[in-house]
Amino acid sequence: MTVAPPAPSVAPSAAETRPKLVSRQLEAWFGDNRVLKGVDMEVPARRVTAIIGPSGCGKSTYIRCLNRMHEMVPGARMAGRIELDGVDVYGPDVDPVLLRRKVGMVFQKPNPFPTMSIRDNVLAGLRLSRRKVAKTEAEAIVEKALRGAALWDEVKDQLKKPGTDLSGGQQQRLCIARSIAVEPEVLLMDEPASALDPIATARIEDLLHELKERYTIVIVTHNMQQAARVSDQTAFFLSGELVEMADTNTIFTSPGDRRTEDYITGKFG
Amino acid sequence: MADLTLPDPVTRHDTGHASRPRHRTRSVTPLGEKLIEWTLLACGLVSIFTTLGILAVLLVEAVGFFDEVSLADFFGDTQWTPLFADKHFGIWPLISGTFLTTAIATLVAVPFGLLAAIYLSEFAPARARRILKPALEVLAGVPTIVYGYFALVVVTPLLQQVFPGLAGFNALSAGLVMGIMIIPMVSSLSEDALHAVPMSLREASWGLGAARLTTIFKVVLPAAMSGIVASIILAVSRAIGETMIVAIAAGQQPRLTLDPSVPVETMTSYIVQVSMGDTPTGTIEYRTIFAVGVTLFAMTLVMNVLSRRFVKRFRYGGTR
Repeated sequence: MTVAPPAPSVAPSAAETRPKLVSRQLEAWFGDNRVLKGVDMEVPARRVTAIIGPSGCGKSTYIRCLNRMHEMVPGARMAGRIELDGVDVYGPDVDPVLLRRKVGMVFQKPNPFPTMSIRDNVLAGLRLSRRKVAKTEAEAIVEKALRGAALWDEVKDQLKKPGTDLSGGQQQRLCIARSIAVEPEVLLMDEPASALDPIATARIEDLLHELKERYTIVIVTHNMQQAARVSDQTAFFLSGELVEMADTNTIFTSPGDRRTEDYITGKFG
Repeated sequence: MADLTLPDPVTRHDTGHASRPRHRTRSVTPLGEKLIEWTLLACGLVSIFTTLGILAVLLVEAVGFFDEVSLADFFGDTQWTPLFADKHFGIWPLISGTFLTTAIATLVAVPFGLLAAIYLSEFAPARARRILKPALEVLAGVPTIVYGYFALVVVTPLLQQVFPGLAGFNALSAGLVMGIMIIPMVSSLSEDALHAVPMSLREASWGLGAARLTTIFKVVLPAAMSGIVASIILAVSRAIGETMIVAIAAGQQPRLTLDPSVPVETMTSYIVQVSMGDTPTGTIEYRTIFAVGVTLFAMTLVMNVLSRRFVKRFRYGGTR
């Protein structure tokens, strides 16, 4: 990659030690249903952090709180504190719209904009946030983002085609390209490969290894092998609580909690 | 033509059955099933043949009309006075009357209908939506004769207080009320189209740091555009064909004008005027209504064809 990493706001050594995202006693509800019951967690910068756990354990809700997407659902609310680089993201001065430009998101099902070409999909983040880009600059952004998502070679001759004409795996990489085109600092991925076949999944996983050099990645996954393959840190959620979080190796070889061990050995879940 | 390879109908039939295993629970014999199929086909054909029948009558009578009046007069003259001694057969005054009332109605219905649809789909809480949408649709159930009276005895006097020069019968009042009448068509169908846009597209847009309004105008509206355009076209066709409101409130004076404050006559209200009068059948006056009818039919047909093309063009990438 010839791409320069986004300038870190603090010195590299400090960035290594200070967590990128911190949640304190995070609780979340859908109506009367309490889906997160006080989660304390720290997400390290420039690492892949995987969140695993059975269905309904609150792992998707957790990452949707990180970029304030949770509050867009009618009847949803949260309590507790989330900090991005030490700043409270639910603070009164924080515009959730601006926050989401820093904390991008890739969804479970590929969702390219059906009315836009491949090229326009990549530029959508810039256009939708009303940032003006010159044509030559736009071309550079498109190529850089598509290369970043390992899609450039496959689509460089058909940038005018609708994004929805691509295969499922390509669409998901297009969505990743769309997210990184706005140069976020954090990339949240909500089971990004669960709708894809094994080959497409492998490509996305390879991509994660490259992306973590520039972005802080939090990936929710159902698939424990995937967590083991792609992540540096793994967090295990159960019934809205963080059971434990540690180095991925530790979690999969000698977990500290009985429930983690039962889950990863397939006793339930 | 012989080179064309058509899909084998037998194979298609089988695949259809494979995906819907209904032989196991079949309670209808193959013959019974055929019978149902034919009945359904017949029901569909009734409306097609009725349309063809109407078209045939219109054309036969219109041909009789154009034997006596040349197309050059029909499209070249600027006066429409078939019921007077000095007969002129220029269709333009009727077209302008229809155009004027329809344009006013569209100017009312599109902004109000679309904004109502956006509110209902994107902002209204589920409860408000459940109550407001049917309430708005009730507007469409009001008999048009009531709208006509409303335009004549309520809206026109109100408008006359604002514009003292307004005639008792005018295109403005009829157009405004007709616009209110077609708001539910625009709002209800557009709301359906907006609501059908998957939530995942809105989330994708929000996730990229787009504000709520930007998401609505740049992502949701374009994705729903084919449905929105279809709803507008449908509403405009309805306005073109609307009869009672214009017959009551717009007057019956064929006049080549775009001034909304004077009486005009639309194609539909002319047809009413002749049909309800004592014009003997077979006369040229009687035949004029078929010529006008054909023109009306042709206009709505062209609009429908155009709208189909328009809708296709907006369906970029489809809804997959």
